Formats: sequence, structure tokens, C-alpha cells
Amino acid sequence: MDFLDPLALARWQFGLTTLYHFLFVPLTLGMALTVAIFQTAWFRTAKLKWLHLTRFFGKIFLINFAMGVVTGIVQEFQFGMNWSSYSRFVGDVFGAPLAFEGLLAFFFEATFIGLWIFGWDKLPKGLHLASIWIATVGAWFSAYFILAANAFMQNPVGYQMSADGHRAEMNDFLAVLTNPIALAALPHTLFAAFMMTAGVIISIAAWHLLRRQNIEMMRSALRYGLWGMIVAFIGTALSGDQLGLVMVQTQPMKMAAAEAMFNSACGADASFSIFTLGTPDGTSELFSIRIPYLLSFLSTHTFDGCVEGINDLNMQYTTQMFPQFADQVGGNFAPTLWITYWAFRWMMGLGGIAALVAVVGLWVTRKNAKKEPATWMWRAAIWAWPASLLAILVGWVFTEMGRQPWIVFGLMLTEDGVSPSVPGWTVLISLVAFTAIYAALAVVEIGLIMKAAHKGPDPLPEPGSEPDQPTALEDTPTTVY
Amino acid sequence: MDLAYLWFFIVGVLFVGYFVLDGFDFGVGMSLPFLGKNDVSRRQIINTIGPVWDLNETWVIVAGACLFAAFPEWYATLFSGFYLALLLILLSLILRGVSFEYRHQRDSVRWKRNFDRMIVIGSAVPAFLWGVAFANIVQGVPIDASHEFTGSLLTLLNPYGLLGGLTTLLLFFTHGVYFVALKTDGQVHTDARKLAVRSGVLTVVVAAVFLGWTIMSAWTGGAPLVGLAIVCALLAAVLLIASVVANLRDREGWAFGFGAFTVVFAVLTLWLSLFPNVMPSSTDPTFNLTIENASSTDYTLTIMSWAALIFLPLVLLYQGWTYWVFRKRVTRGRIEKAAAEVH
Repeated sequence: MDFLDPLALARWQFGLTTLYHFLFVPLTLGMALTVAIFQTAWFRTAKLKWLHLTRFFGKIFLINFAMGVVTGIVQEFQFGMNWSSYSRFVGDVFGAPLAFEGLLAFFFEATFIGLWIFGWDKLPKGLHLASIWIATVGAWFSAYFILAANAFMQNPVGYQMSADGHRAEMNDFLAVLTNPIALAALPHTLFAAFMMTAGVIISIAAWHLLRRQNIEMMRSALRYGLWGMIVAFIGTALSGDQLGLVMVQTQPMKMAAAEAMFNSACGADASFSIFTLGTPDGTSELFSIRIPYLLSFLSTHTFDGCVEGINDLNMQYTTQMFPQFADQVGGNFAPTLWITYWAFRWMMGLGGIAALVAVVGLWVTRKNAKKEPATWMWRAAIWAWPASLLAILVGWVFTEMGRQPWIVFGLMLTEDGVSPSVPGWTVLISLVAFTAIYAALAVVEIGLIMKAAHKGPDPLPEPGSEPDQPTALEDTPTTVY
Repeated sequence: MDLAYLWFFIVGVLFVGYFVLDGFDFGVGMSLPFLGKNDVSRRQIINTIGPVWDLNETWVIVAGACLFAAFPEWYATLFSGFYLALLLILLSLILRGVSFEYRHQRDSVRWKRNFDRMIVIGSAVPAFLWGVAFANIVQGVPIDASHEFTGSLLTLLNPYGLLGGLTTLLLFFTHGVYFVALKTDGQVHTDARKLAVRSGVLTVVVAAVFLGWTIMSAWTGGAPLVGLAIVCALLAAVLLIASVVANLRDREGWAFGFGAFTVVFAVLTLWLSLFPNVMPSSTDPTFNLTIENASSTDYTLTIMSWAALIFLPLVLLYQGWTYWVFRKRVTRGRIEKAAAEVH
């Protein structure tokens, strides 16, 4: 391998910085909502428990949010830095949702988060509560515009080619915003983000309950997390199913790659393999466990549907749809199969495990349960966090690796999108710098979150003593850097 | 293509917003070694921008995104061409942002000192490099027929570029020190006012040379809007001097206001000198990136214009309100009280 190949380095950098950024995004999306809900509960009931939970999870939210902000700027800049040919090609279409994100969503998010952090003693209670809700909705809108931009890469719509063929020009913004991929990916991403957030809450609550600390508050947090996980899992599964249907229609190769299926199959033969061992080159399988009909059902919602295989699709792409790209990719338009195959399974498997933890958790912690959950159960529940985080990360690995070899499906190959003027060593410098700084910050960040999580919320006053409710704005606790 | 001209100025306004707002953030960060003599002082200084640094920094994200959407060619050439400079800016912004949020999370002297250093470096490097970058955009850099940058990082470090960097560094520094003076009390406040006198005078000298040089090049280069550029440069100079005078007379609010408008008119001077190019080529003027040949289609710009016209005023409104909410000074007493509550 050429270590100074700008294309390979730029791809590694994009993968690294994007996945790293996405460590923080889902927790921001879900935790903002959680904090808003807890604070609303406090606002309506005036129970101190909810205030303390708001501030406790608020602190974790903020440690996480800071990293999301600073790693997000990199995302926007590197389209131009590493992918200038891509930027020239799609800027007319792709730039607009990014600009909308900034103007309509990101400004709201950043401003109202600041108001929420520092406004405890400066804003009336209702307005302060509104700040976190505005920031939450801002974050969701932000996610929507980014997904709309990403959807254009998966399934380009609302554009025409320019007269000289050098760029895609937008002719229907509404179509760009209502791209079926974006509409399906938005709920899928948001629900998955809530699953991950619920995973964090379950883990933290289980950690405290294992040590029998802050029992009253942590039980509330746990029940919230468990119910949240189940609701979010149902939402993720249903929207994922919908996304799968759209994907089969728009990017059939991705579904074939998810299943590593070479030959088209119908009905019972369109089976879903849970586990496969294949030859190292991935072209034939040695052993697999299969569920008949399932792939047909996932792809078409019927049991006698047909699913196209990689070989047939390659033939179609090479001869009919994209002959102009056929030589460049050597007649093979399939992504790296072991990545798509396993990423797809880990995504669904880990998501399923996290949901299973929640179902068992709800059962063993029900009100009239005869005995306390066993210690090992608390220990197992702590894994809800890493499992749900990993699920959402491999989900994105699948989405983006499954798009290869295209940077914009059907229009531009990834290898043609890279910056021609940037030498390999320059990309190498930046890749090394980002890796080093991100690794160091990960250590600091994890340390801080663990410290805050272990410390727990401020304790509730002893029963019978005077409630410690702040009376005036000036007495409300606030944040000082 | 008329909308492209409108967008040239909207993008300019967004960068003006960014440099006015994050500019004083950078200055506040850089002032730490001069004004932060103990931990209470340093916390006082950092808390002056605590609630707003994030929204200030958001301006660069919006400016960048609008540059991408309105002028894809400009965005692609600029960001791939100025790669290493932008990388340094990105790394600085990452370290700086994290430092604000994480500095107070542990009560260890070493921990805090490390984050303080990162705040200073993370503020100084972008304050300098943004100036270098924009000076070079105006002056022109080697660009070939296919709009690709053919220079290197060293290409950017020419005398005019370096002077541009020094100008923004000093301007943001002074602007930030005014802000510290405006938003603090006690020793920090007094020290900031004194420091602003010295840095203000130095800024006036350097900025005058830089703006003069900019105007001279625009004049000899035949920039069509050079008349307006001269007006803006003069306004910037007058306002900068006015800010120094206001500071001397104990009017730190006026000093900060004048400082902010100095940044506005300095950036406008650059923008007007650039017009109608967006990134001239020093290789051959026929390779220039211009408003016309670098912009998006009218369709895209029309949609963007509606979004900007509706939302930019709204943004200014609620961000202005935010500054109003946090208008009080960060007093020593408040920091000491907060420190006492933690322990």
C-alpha cells in the first residue's frame, strides 16, 4: 500500500473524524431531550428529585456537547480541504442544506444552550425551561439538514447536470429536503440516538443502584431509561425497516452487500443469514445459519419477493446504467463486502441486545417484584451504554461504506472526489494530528464523564426535613467556568 | 447572476459577524497571561465569554456553509489551497473550545494550567492565521486554469500576509481586552484598561500600515470599488483611534463599541478591495475566481436568499437578547462565591 496515497488517507481521515464526531452527536440529540423532560417534570411538580436529575444529566450532557461542537467544525471544513472536486461538483445542491442547518438550526442550538447553562439565575424559570427545549429542537433540525445532505449522496434527487456536465445543479429544493432516504433516515437516526441515550442512563443508574446509592432518584432514572429504550427500539426497528425498503429501491447494491449475496434470489431462497463463514475472498460461503424468506420480507414486505444479487447488479450497472464508470471500477460496483455484511449484523444484533436488556430490566424492577434484581443483572445492565453506542456507530459504517465506490451514487466515484491539489503528505499530517488530539481528548472526556457519573446527583434532603427549594432567582444554583 | 453579488456581501457580513464576535473571544483568551494573575482573575476573564463563545464560534460554521453553498468554486479552491493553515485553525479551535468547558472540571493546578495554555494558544493561532488567510485572498495566490491552488503554506507567509495576520492578532487582542475591561471589576478591570492603552496604540500603527497597503494595492490594481474601500479604511482608522481615546477616558463600553466597528470596517475594506473577484490568481488574471464564475445557480441562491433574509435578522435579535441577559459584570465576589460552593 502506498502510505502517501491522498485518496486512502483522505478516506481514513473522513472515517475517523466522522465516527469520532458521531460519538457525541447521538448523546447530544437524546440527552438534550432527557434533560428537557426532567426539567419539565421539576417545573410542573416542583419535586427536588427532578431538579437534581436535571442538573446531574445536564452536566454529562455538557461535557459531551463541548466535544460535539468542536469536532463538528472539522466536518464542514474537510469537504473543501480533502474533497474539493466533490465540493465543486455538488456544492450547488449539497451546500444549501448545510447553510440551512447553520441559519435555521445551529445558531438556535448554540445560543440557547449558552442561555440554559448560564441562565439558571438570570432567566425566569419558564424561559429557562424553554431554552433547553429550543436547543433540543434546534439539534433535531440540525440532524435533519445534515441527513438531507447525506441523502443526496445516497440517492441524488432534485438536480440536473449543468450544460458542461461539470456539476450538479439544484432544480428542486423541496425534492432535496423530502428525499425518501432523508425522511426514513431522520426517525431512524433520532430513535437510535434515543436508544443510545437510554443506554447511558441505564448504565449510570445501574452503577449507582449496584452500590445502593441515590436509590430514589436512580430508580426514577432507570425506569425512564428502560421505557425510553423500549420505545426507541420499536421506533428504530420500524424506521429501519422503512429505510431498508427505500434502500432496496434506490441502492439495491447496498442491500445485496448487506447480505453479501452474489446471486439474485426469490421467496424462500431470499434468506437472511445470521452468521456466515466464507472463503477469504468472500466469493463463496463455507457455512452459514439462515432464516428463509426473511430477506425477501425485509426488502419487499412480501414472502415471495425477489432480491437482486451482486452479480446481476454489476451486469446491469456495467452495461446499462453506468457504463461510463465501468472501466474505472473494473466492472465491480460492490462495496467491501465483509464490512457491509458484518456492520449490518452488529448494528441489528447490538441494538437487539440493548432492547433485550431493557425488557428484562423492566420485568425485574417492576413495582410488585418479589425480590431485588441480582447483582449480576446490574453489572450486565452497565453494558447497555457501550452496546447501544457501538450499534449506532456500525450503523453509520454500514451506511457510508455501503455507498462505496460512489461518493454520490451514480454520479461521482469517491476516487474522483478527492482534492487534486493536496499532496499525500499534507493529508498524512492532518490525519496524524487529528488522531493524536482526538485520542488524547477521548481519554480526558471519558475520564470527566465517568467522574461526573460516579459522583452522582446532589443528595436529596432527609425525609421530614425542610425541602431545600430555592425561593429567589439569585439563590438558584448556576454554572460558573 | 445579480444574486451572486448579493451573496458576495452576505458572505462578507457573515465573516464580519464572525470576526467581530469570535475576534473579541480570541482577545479575551490571549489576555489570560497578561491579566490573569491568579485563578480567580483567570476565571473572571474566562467567564466573561462563558455563555457566548459557542454562539460566537457558530458564525464561522454558518459563514463557511454559506460560502460552500453560494460559491462552491471559491470554497473548494480556498479550503483545499489553504489546507495547512486551516488545519492549524481547526486544531486550535478544538483545543480552545474544549478548554473552556473542561478547565473548571477538576480542581488541580496542573490541569488548569494546561487548559489555560491551550486557551491562549488556541486563541492566538486563529487570530493570526485568519488575518494571513484573508490578506492572501485579497492579494491573490497562485491558482491555475482549473482553479486549483498551486502554492504551499509558505506561499501564504509573504510580507503582506504576515502583516495581515499581525493586524488581526493585535486588533482582536485589543478588542478582547476592551471586553474584559467592560465585563469585569477589581484588579482585572483596572489592568485591562491599562493594557488596552498600550496594545491599542500598537494596533493603530500596525493596522494603519496594513490598511494603507491594502488600499494602495487596490488602487494600483484598479479595483472598481476602491473609493468605497478607502472610505471604509478611513472609518476603521478613525474608529480605532476613537476606541483608544474612549478607553483612556474610562468609557470602556464606548471603547468596545468602537472596537467592534473597527473590525466591521476593516473587514469591509478587504471585501471591497476584493470585488468583483473572490480569489484572484497571481499566476494569470484570466484564472481569477470571480463572483460570476465561482457562484452557484440563481435557483440555489434564490432559496438561500429567502432563508438568509428571514433568519439572519431573527438570529441577530435573539443573539442580541442573549448578550442583554448576560450584560452584568463578572465580579470577583461572584467567582469567589462559586468557588466556595464547590468545596
